[in-house]
Amino acid sequence: MTAGPGRPPGPAVRGGPLAVLAYLMRRLFAAAVMLVVIIMVVFSIFFLIPKWAGVDVALSFVGKQADPAAVEAVRVKLGLGDPVYVQVWEFFKGIFAGRTYAAGGDVTHCSAPCFGYSFRSEQAIWPVLTDRFPVTLGLALGAAVLWLIFGLAAGVLSALKRGSLWDRGAMIVALAGVSLPIYFTGLLSLAIFSYGLGWLDAQYVPLEDSFTGWIGGMILPWVTLAFLYAAMYARITRATMLEILGEDYIRTARAKGLREPVVIRKHAMRSTMTPILTMLGMDLGALIGGAILTETTFSLPGLGQAVLHAIKNQDLPIILGVTLITSLAVLIANLVVDVLYAVIDPRVRLS
Amino acid sequence: MTTQRTSGRRKQAMAAAAVVAALLTTAACGGGDGEKGGSKNGAAGFDAANNKVAQASLAKKGGTLKFAGAQDADSWDTTRGYYGFMWNFARYYSRQLVTNKTEPGKTGAELTPDLATGLAKISDDGKTYTYTLRDGITWEDGQPITSKDIKYGIERVWAQDVLSGGPTYLRDVLDPEGEYPGPYKDKSKDKLGLKAIETPDDKTIVFKLPKANSDFEEMLALISASPVRQDKDTKSKYALRPFSSGPYKFHSYNPGKDLTLVRNTEWKQSSDPIRKAYPDKITIKFFSNANDMDARLIAGDYDLDINQTGMSPQGRTSALKQHKENLDNPVSGYIRYAALAQNVKPFDNIHCRKAVLYGADHVSLQTARGGPVAGGEIGTNMLPPSVPGAEGQKYDPYEMAGANKKGNVAKAKEELKACGKPNGFKTTIAVRNNKPVEVATAESLQASLKKVGIDVEIDQYDGAQNSSVIGSPSNVKKKGYGIIIMGWGPDFPSVQGYGWPLWHSKAILESANNNYALIKDKTIDGLFDQYVNTLDEAGKTKIATEINHKVMEGAYYLPFVFERFLNWRSDRLANVYTTDAYSGQYDFVNLGLKSTK
Repeated sequence: MTAGPGRPPGPAVRGGPLAVLAYLMRRLFAAAVMLVVIIMVVFSIFFLIPKWAGVDVALSFVGKQADPAAVEAVRVKLGLGDPVYVQVWEFFKGIFAGRTYAAGGDVTHCSAPCFGYSFRSEQAIWPVLTDRFPVTLGLALGAAVLWLIFGLAAGVLSALKRGSLWDRGAMIVALAGVSLPIYFTGLLSLAIFSYGLGWLDAQYVPLEDSFTGWIGGMILPWVTLAFLYAAMYARITRATMLEILGEDYIRTARAKGLREPVVIRKHAMRSTMTPILTMLGMDLGALIGGAILTETTFSLPGLGQAVLHAIKNQDLPIILGVTLITSLAVLIANLVVDVLYAVIDPRVRLS
Repeated sequence: MTTQRTSGRRKQAMAAAAVVAALLTTAACGGGDGEKGGSKNGAAGFDAANNKVAQASLAKKGGTLKFAGAQDADSWDTTRGYYGFMWNFARYYSRQLVTNKTEPGKTGAELTPDLATGLAKISDDGKTYTYTLRDGITWEDGQPITSKDIKYGIERVWAQDVLSGGPTYLRDVLDPEGEYPGPYKDKSKDKLGLKAIETPDDKTIVFKLPKANSDFEEMLALISASPVRQDKDTKSKYALRPFSSGPYKFHSYNPGKDLTLVRNTEWKQSSDPIRKAYPDKITIKFFSNANDMDARLIAGDYDLDINQTGMSPQGRTSALKQHKENLDNPVSGYIRYAALAQNVKPFDNIHCRKAVLYGADHVSLQTARGGPVAGGEIGTNMLPPSVPGAEGQKYDPYEMAGANKKGNVAKAKEELKACGKPNGFKTTIAVRNNKPVEVATAESLQASLKKVGIDVEIDQYDGAQNSSVIGSPSNVKKKGYGIIIMGWGPDFPSVQGYGWPLWHSKAILESANNNYALIKDKTIDGLFDQYVNTLDEAGKTKIATEINHKVMEGAYYLPFVFERFLNWRSDRLANVYTTDAYSGQYDFVNLGLKSTK
């Protein structure tokens, strides 16, 4: 499915645009197959394994008073008594054609794409996901921009000024960033900048309500999340850069009289970017599925917060929906990364 | 989904939390430094609203009352909600035939007419309750509320397959045989086929009970007895947008995110003797970080916590130090306890049960619950102080708050001998893994019982599964859960509303059981029967006391504390008081603001 961090750059693309297209199609097809497999695995985890383990799935859909009538109604609504292949089929059908849950005179239609229905909060899952997705996407992208800028800059500078005070200082900060958990840095930043100095309100405001309010609410989460990742990126960038600066072709470039900024920008950076891009694809994909700790610490109404609530309340359909979305995000991110390899790494294009 | 790359760093987290707690304590002093000691702009003072009204005269019409919460309601559907704060809040958008008085403390637990012109006219045999409706009572679209709307609202309780979750007392009392199928399967044309309720005209409603129940009017005061109009009933989706009969109506609701109520302009003050409807708007914002929420309460961004279950340890520490005048310390109505399961040997023997009661260190258990202020007084019996007939610490048959408060090893060993286990025995404590305080009580109990020779293992089970783990007697037996840690509060302030599910033999269920001790005592069952047939209050109170004594004599329970909370009220709040109707919570419905800005 993907080129992991330790693997050599993605598969070679030979020939012209047609070959690229064929390559893309192949990758897309593989991704689609992967998605189907993921849906089946996730479905099994949530519906079949509990059944084999002797846990009544229907019970976990009902509230405090588990009235037998209510449990039975959920069983009917979800078709839990049907054979497994019927249940899986109904689930798939729901995603593409919608689904209707009916029991006891109450009919609920869940329109396509129906990723399930929460009988706890009486909501279809898809609107919950689309409502919360922008928050998480905003958080992940904003933080990614910050960590890329600061992480790469710090890493490159450290590599170039290896052993200097700057290098050591930056790497100590980076070590702190990697080691400190979000719920520490997050709470600390809230305590200082929001409750203490009062510079930021740090409460989430939807983008459509107010742009400045949105920025004000997102700055601390961005910085906190970026601090963690920037630290990792700085360390990786530094290590990769150092390795590459020792390569023959860099010496050749310098020997033929190229100016140092050109050597760094044109030759060294390109190679450094390959592992960084791989990491970025994985990290962004995973974060888009919900940055649970960051969203919880800052009470951001994103996917991570939704899934945590769902886990606490045993709201299975939401957990299932977010799991699927996360898998999808990781798949897409990896696909994009694989394609980008061709752009960044000339070896991929030429071979 | 990801937990980000921070797992496996527990120790760092502990250190971090300590530093943050210290920082928050200092950082939080920024807000709320208005004038102190009950002045016009400042907070009313410590415990100023505990069982009494604080700053009643300062409430003005208008403004936005802001709630914050860490947990959304189980459901805002009047039929389905079971959380205490939901019942409290639901009075903003729903009315009932009768409701609790809007007065502090014990008086708040008494009933007063709401949609009805007076309390019930009860027939001599206690089986017929008749009410007449007031004039001018309307729905949010201006149509009058009729007796048929009330009947339909109550009938919804029967539709447990669609509307699960809420209390079912009304169904159990009005239709014990379960003959009525509920309004959604009702074959009659008007869907009002429930025989036990008659509506001879739009203004009259008559309840005919197959068997008398002296708490019936208490059950009609529950939110699940609210009217629902048939053409506005969206069945399972009603929770998202209940149709209002009260002074406020739903403006917007995003589950788990926020809720906003605005004035219901069709509601008439003249038709409602209870509700003052001070603010123009009421909002709830839900937080996922309870510490953040408390910091914002302290900073004055919000007025009070909708959940009303006390501040987090961190917020509590900082509030007690810096803003004590904003806190109340009411008794919650909950008792935290351990139940001793009789189907797990050797707890079938009363002496082995008594050995646990004597062996436990009650002070240590109280400390584990948070100490006398945040945890509550040492519990000495099983009837919460807010329930009529309760005697509080005055009734202490095992001297848990007296001579034996640190545990009595000698007496415990005596009981062990009488039980035929002079060298002690082994057993298991079942405790929810998502309640750190309960786990702390389990550890305390484990330590003190070790001294008397009772070897205890602690099993932390998935707290969300309690109805199938400890709620299944066969599972309890299989796992050997001799000691089960739990807590319970009254659904309505009476021995029936508190104790029936815990102590009556008929309450024993195969799943979702709450009678963990499996009490099958004919005397206790008989006393409950006597209770439901006794109509005078003095007689009911006496029986309640007696039931409590019988339960304690059986040594089925080890009470930990009569729980207390520390709840926050902002400087802006006026006309604020705690009420026994909602287990020591602030009475939401008549809260006002001093300033409308």
